Amino acid sequence: MPQSHPISSAAWPTTRLTINGQKHELTVDPRTTLLDTLRDHLGLTGSKKGCDHGQCGACTVLVNGARMNACLSLVAMRHGDEIVTIEGLGESETLHPLQQAFWTHDGLQCGFCTPGQICSAVGMFREIEHGVPSAAMANVAATPSLDAVEVRERMSGNICRCSAYPNIVAAILDSRQGHAG
Amino acid sequence: MDSIIGQGIDRIDGRAKITGAAAYAADKRAPDMAHGAIVTATIARGRITSIESTTARNTLGVLMVMTHENAPRQAPFQARADDRHARPKPQLASDEVQHFGAPVALVVAETPEAARAAADSVTVVYEKSAGVFELGDASRDAYDPLKASEGESSDSHIGAVDAAFDAARTRIDAIYTTPYQCHAMMEPHASLASWQNGKLTVWSSLQLIESAHKSIADTLLLEPDHVEVISEYVGGGFGGKLPVHADAILAALAARELGRPVRIVLTRQQMFHVTTHRPASIQRVRLGADADGTLTSIAHQSLSQSARADEFSEPIVNATRSLYAAPNRLTSQRIATLDLPVPDSMRAPGEAIGLLALEQAMDELAVALDMDPIALRLRNEPEQDPEKRVPFSTRALVPCLTEGARRFGWDRRRKQPGTTRDGRWLVGMGMAAAIRGNFLRKASARVTLKSARRAVVEMDMTDIGTGSYTVLAQIAAEVLGLPVENIEVRLGHSGYPDTPGSGGSFGASSCGAALHDACTKLKARLAAGEGAQGLSAEGHVTPGEDYKKYSQFAYGAHFAEVGVDETTGEVRLRRMLGVFSAGRILNAKTARSQLIGGMIWGVGAALEEEAVVDPRFGAFITRDLASYHVPVHADVPDVDAILLDELDPHANVLGSKGVGELGICGAGAAIANAVYNACGARVRSYPITLDKVLPTLLDRME
Repeated sequence: MPQSHPISSAAWPTTRLTINGQKHELTVDPRTTLLDTLRDHLGLTGSKKGCDHGQCGACTVLVNGARMNACLSLVAMRHGDEIVTIEGLGESETLHPLQQAFWTHDGLQCGFCTPGQICSAVGMFREIEHGVPSAAMANVAATPSLDAVEVRERMSGNICRCSAYPNIVAAILDSRQGHAG
Repeated sequence: MDSIIGQGIDRIDGRAKITGAAAYAADKRAPDMAHGAIVTATIARGRITSIESTTARNTLGVLMVMTHENAPRQAPFQARADDRHARPKPQLASDEVQHFGAPVALVVAETPEAARAAADSVTVVYEKSAGVFELGDASRDAYDPLKASEGESSDSHIGAVDAAFDAARTRIDAIYTTPYQCHAMMEPHASLASWQNGKLTVWSSLQLIESAHKSIADTLLLEPDHVEVISEYVGGGFGGKLPVHADAILAALAARELGRPVRIVLTRQQMFHVTTHRPASIQRVRLGADADGTLTSIAHQSLSQSARADEFSEPIVNATRSLYAAPNRLTSQRIATLDLPVPDSMRAPGEAIGLLALEQAMDELAVALDMDPIALRLRNEPEQDPEKRVPFSTRALVPCLTEGARRFGWDRRRKQPGTTRDGRWLVGMGMAAAIRGNFLRKASARVTLKSARRAVVEMDMTDIGTGSYTVLAQIAAEVLGLPVENIEVRLGHSGYPDTPGSGGSFGASSCGAALHDACTKLKARLAAGEGAQGLSAEGHVTPGEDYKKYSQFAYGAHFAEVGVDETTGEVRLRRMLGVFSAGRILNAKTARSQLIGGMIWGVGAALEEEAVVDPRFGAFITRDLASYHVPVHADVPDVDAILLDELDPHANVLGSKGVGELGICGAGAAIANAVYNACGARVRSYPITLDKVLPTLLDRME
């Protein structure tokens, strides 16, 4: 029979990390995920909980520049890390080029998966720059390029049930062109 | 000046969504908020004999455990009620378990972590009863539903179908099956309930505010004016958020008991049983035709799942009554009672799965006649609605077929299966027609001028990703002669004028027509000299006689090209085009997005989606997104939708028809037909997974 173990707050660990450029020192229940910390403790609700199991990608954030499902990490594991969420991508009134491209291309409908799609695309650009191969490449030792086939393969961890997929891919490719490579 | 209505402007709620600022139900916070976790049943049928919750109650931070033993009094459930989405939805109301995964307890705690851990420690003991879980097993007890959908009868019969079919030169008689499907919207159902001075506010994720408002108030035995329901952003609905679910009712009950706000979010796994799904179906289609392809008989009979706890009948055969001409016709809808959760509408209830059968049968008939499938459809184009015997308000199926064929390059298709190859891929093309009923519902709207140049629109309509905010702003802007950015649209609040909400593709037309009326009245009063500041007008729409005098549908044609891996049987979509005609389009950009989304749902229905029932436990075993497969980026290559110019003068003042469901109608059949054209596998059991294609490929090798 499963047992619940009450955890006294006296035993909670303290995690120091940077979120969207701001330093935080957090003492939370050690069962708390990075996602729930962002949403419930810091009010950063742009990162969404679609499945809590790393299957939908709605919670995708950037951890030290790499994309990660925030639901699959306890916040205590992120000590010393730099986190960027959708709230930290644009700068006040200035949208990130990807944000603008998603809007222009209607790469969203209900909008629930959108923050995760956008953060994931930022992380994907970095992976391509670093030469990380994908299953879509005929030769995984080659230098990856950014085209529709690559984008579809690399973005497949981000589900959009409204199925704005063609518009999302168009937005990602367009934003990259506008970004001057 | 160009009309503002119709322009493909960017959605006005876009900035909030791309910056993460849009607050969905689970994003709402209230001071001193507590967190609920639901415990669900692990049997499909029976009763609870005991619940052991001492550990849960003693867990640090736990505030309450609610079960049927201590749940507050609620209104009783009304099975087969007239309005199934507005009736009471009592929770934890008895010791009876009617399906696997039904809520049996609620744990509320200071934190979500404590609530979940404590919920895991609750032990429920059951007395199990035998249940029926397989549609085939229940088929001999199938019955005529007491309430068929959309006011249509469950049967229709014209002429002498059996005699005509027997006499036909070419006949198709085939059985098609479609599986359980799940809405699987990205946003799990969530509610935050808060009481202030005896009044309840529920922030929830809902499609129908007016229905939810009544359902929640009645369940809790409250006066309607003591309840406020808010749904400003909805992370997808597709029918799954038409009813109020356990999260809203339990949050409201617990918040009242505890005297503090309570939030409940369903887990992804819970959604598959706590909410609704599309029923599985078994469909028999019989088509009889002359040598030239003229249909002499059409028969389409369906059996779909209903539940012991309540009745739902998917209107699978409705569109068959209007799609093609034939003198002898028979349609019937039957349902069978299983001990599974109650199904409900899912995107294009009826057409979405009815056309998977009918439009594949038409392809089979074309093959049997050695005729092009488009030519077969053109041959059977009716002059008027073949069963209602009234004129079509508009019907542009033929232009959709011919324009689509031209754009897609249909003339490059080879008739003989297995004759087009691209490396290891056998390549084929398929097509299917799309048809979806068009509806208008009673709706109201209020428009108020904040100044001579700025207006506020208020209605209890929702935007579930469809673009309601944007098209309503466009309508108000056009009628009032103001720029779109000067229109503020407020939706999703029970305090605003009543609308039918989002469902059945009737939202934009019904709400748009009511808003058009409100703005027209406001303009008239301005013209009569009333001051602008604070001037307000309400508008309304009620469906008129045109819905009886004319047969109203939106139409389209799908074209798909697939590759079938010659060795593994894997099917991959290569490209897809839909050409549609749906009255006046209110926003070219968001309408296209809706149609593409629907088409991709068709891809899912054809190739991936299947909620599998484990008959030992009476449970869906595919209860997460790793096992219930929906299309992902890699499954979706070039998919495009084209809209033909149309205006339906009989639909409503705007001339518009719904587009939210049209895209899925027929889309999956086009893919099934492409699979046949690619490799000769005729798979009548959806989804078309590789195990069903392989036998044909093995035969080819011999």
